[in-house]
Amino acid sequence: MLSPHTAAAVDRAPVFYDDGEHHPQQGTLLGFWLYLMSDCLIFAVLFATYGVLGRSYAAGPSGADLFELPLVALNTALLLFSSITYGFAMISMQHGRQKGVLAWLAVTGLFGLGFLSVELHEFTHLIHEGFGPQRSAFLSSFFTLVGTHGLHVTFGTVWLVTLMVQVQRLGLIPENRRRLMCLSMFWHFLDVVWIGVFTFVYLMGVLP
Amino acid sequence: MLDFSNPTKLIFGRLTWEAIPYHEPILLFTFIGVVLGGLGMVAALTYFKVWGTLWRDWFTSIDHKKIGIMYIVLGIVMLLRGFADAIMMRLQQAIAFGDNVGYLPPHHYDQVFTAHGVIMIFFVAMPLVTGLMNYIVPLQIGARDVAFPFLNNFSLWMTVGGAVLVMASLFVGEFARTGWLAYPPLSGLLQSPDVGVDYYLWSLQIAGIGTTLSGINLIATIVKMRAPGMTMMKMPVFTWTALCTNVLIVASFPVLAGALALLLMDRYVGTNFFTADLGGSAMLYVNLIWIWGHPEVYILVLPVFGVFSEVVSTFSGKKLFGYASMVYATVVITILSYLVWLHHFFTMGSGASVNSFFGITTMIISIPTGAKIFNWLFTMYHGRIKFEVPMLWTVGFMVTFVIGGMTGVLLAVPPADFVLHNSLFLIAHFHNVIIGGVVFGLFAGINYWFPKAFGFKLDAFWGKVSFWCWLVGFWVAFAPLYVLGLMGVTRRISHFDDASLQIWFQVAAVGAGIVALGIAAFLMQLWVSWRNRAALRDVTGDPWQGRTLEWSTSSPPPDYNFAFTPVVHDHDAWYDMKQRGHQRPTQGFKAIHMPKNTAAGVVIAGLATLCGFALIWHMWLLVGLSFAAVVAAAIIHTFNYHRDFHIEAGIVERTEQARTRALAAAA
Repeated sequence: MLSPHTAAAVDRAPVFYDDGEHHPQQGTLLGFWLYLMSDCLIFAVLFATYGVLGRSYAAGPSGADLFELPLVALNTALLLFSSITYGFAMISMQHGRQKGVLAWLAVTGLFGLGFLSVELHEFTHLIHEGFGPQRSAFLSSFFTLVGTHGLHVTFGTVWLVTLMVQVQRLGLIPENRRRLMCLSMFWHFLDVVWIGVFTFVYLMGVLP
Repeated sequence: MLDFSNPTKLIFGRLTWEAIPYHEPILLFTFIGVVLGGLGMVAALTYFKVWGTLWRDWFTSIDHKKIGIMYIVLGIVMLLRGFADAIMMRLQQAIAFGDNVGYLPPHHYDQVFTAHGVIMIFFVAMPLVTGLMNYIVPLQIGARDVAFPFLNNFSLWMTVGGAVLVMASLFVGEFARTGWLAYPPLSGLLQSPDVGVDYYLWSLQIAGIGTTLSGINLIATIVKMRAPGMTMMKMPVFTWTALCTNVLIVASFPVLAGALALLLMDRYVGTNFFTADLGGSAMLYVNLIWIWGHPEVYILVLPVFGVFSEVVSTFSGKKLFGYASMVYATVVITILSYLVWLHHFFTMGSGASVNSFFGITTMIISIPTGAKIFNWLFTMYHGRIKFEVPMLWTVGFMVTFVIGGMTGVLLAVPPADFVLHNSLFLIAHFHNVIIGGVVFGLFAGINYWFPKAFGFKLDAFWGKVSFWCWLVGFWVAFAPLYVLGLMGVTRRISHFDDASLQIWFQVAAVGAGIVALGIAAFLMQLWVSWRNRAALRDVTGDPWQGRTLEWSTSSPPPDYNFAFTPVVHDHDAWYDMKQRGHQRPTQGFKAIHMPKNTAAGVVIAGLATLCGFALIWHMWLLVGLSFAAVVAAAIIHTFNYHRDFHIEAGIVERTEQARTRALAAAA
């Protein structure tokens, strides 16, 4: 049954089995990209929601009333610098300098924490003033979009600390290099999303 | 929210004894039945000492084949629950006329139709489809597992976690009374203050994480792990449809997660996304949920189009007619499925121009779908057709699905939709395509690939009984709903006054009864096949003269799937190998690199489910603890660097020699 007729095989002997030379490609980076794109869609939903509801003030304050651009500029600077320092960590990794990696990761983490503190300060201030997410659809969508980004930065920071421990313990082994690459993509991705938030929410929000 | 002065509330939230529905006889007896059945099963598992095997070889397994089978078991179990809901609705509507209020009060009836829809889509159709893809795709592309085996196990248990929450709502508290998509403002805090909608939201969020991750996993598998020589245009059609399906999953489930998260914010934080005041917009939710919802329809139906393609070509003894057009049709459907979502709410006031656009795109989708139907028919033309059970389901599908598709094109015409929207005509239409398409396709797939998974065929007699009961039962149950819908009867009604309608509902109830016989016959088929497994045994691994690579290995396949990775020269690779006289290698085996089993998936998903339960009942202490535990367990898992091992060459050699002997004995 396995070989009904073999006439077709005469002119050339086809190879039907691999002798072990074939190794499936590593799919982690592709998989992580796919994850990032799915996450990007969640942000797309939040941006779209902000686009629809962002001017529904319900007789409450608007972006122009609430946003303090100097504070946001500081925050943006913190996050953009954290991306650069993460880049330095990756360069150290390419050169195999474990200490450099750890140092730059620490700097990146501190920038991340700085960003989160400023954001928390902004949020508590708004809520304290009575302009919490319950006040209007505009504030609901503002807090949810910016808060979701902040939540991502929080988990990114937890991940960053975890990776620092792992690099400290096991060095720059291939697994850790791969993980550093993934976190790198994640961190830069959050930067890109923040540029969207900065532009569409804050800069355009203060326009009349 | 946190009230430390009241420890009972801090621990138990709003869960009280009142939440246990011991005063409702239907639920009480169901509960007693479930408890007795559950205890019986636990006792049986303990008596036969299979707990260890179950845990080591199944629950913690990262083997895509076992995970696929567990998905399918989940789907079949949940089918019984979802179908019980269906029968309850049919009975209620058949008797609740005039003075007779029936046996289900509206409060209960509304939960039943909501649960029916949610369960059938998310916990029957999705697990069955995902299970088939999980089992078959790596085998069809000549891979040894999926790209991320641990993630695969985790995805399964997140899906199970969602199902567990839906089932828990039956006995602790209640389920949503909002319909399966939980439109606000009905699903908002004002109209639905109790736990029903929260059960709905958290079970879908938890299961949705599993689905998205499994989508990412299968895309990476198909893109990165195909056997050498298998270019994209040499992939089996089922793998193609699986690829498009998983692209749809990754590109649409995050939108569902986002929409549900916003509704959760409205319910838990008091935001105003979808409320009627303070600037909220309920229409935003309806748009978002259908941007997921329409692709979801194709997530379910594309893989079964793949199943039918495999079945038709195998049982016609021909290669598939129009392979390239089949691939392009699948890709076109994938793209178009994002351009039609608004046809689910033509009547909600978008205006004539917008409605026309979405009406036309909807009609355009029927073109690639029609191309597929013609391809299947031309494959059968001049073929040597064998009417085995999978082929029966396929032919039944072609007739039923075409009719369902045409009523869909009818609904795509906005003026017609204004008359028919929200009516039983719509109900009949989507059951026509989901039962006639997805369910028939899943039964075709299960019957077709069962011998691959278990090494023996399913009994053909009971398979045919099941098919005919489903086919006849479907039409008897849903043809009356078409008629009623044309007469203007709306959906989700638990009581009627017009006695002239009753006969149609009685006929529909008889139809549901015939479908019940079909399900019973399917269970009987499993049991009879197990009992006669010696007679139904297939040692060749290729019982249907198959054409794709999954048939080239043994049934069931060894853990490593292929001792040597196949090299592909043509689509229908296995047929090509048979035609050109390949020789199965019998020596020179090497050690095979494989992933190791892990309990992390069960643990993290279990904790996430616990966290979901705590959130539903506002048990804030438990929420905090279980969420911290989820994060901690995930971090601990990342410290495990020993995730793989090698199957020694000697073990591979012994396994393959056993197969050589079995093949020789059978020949």
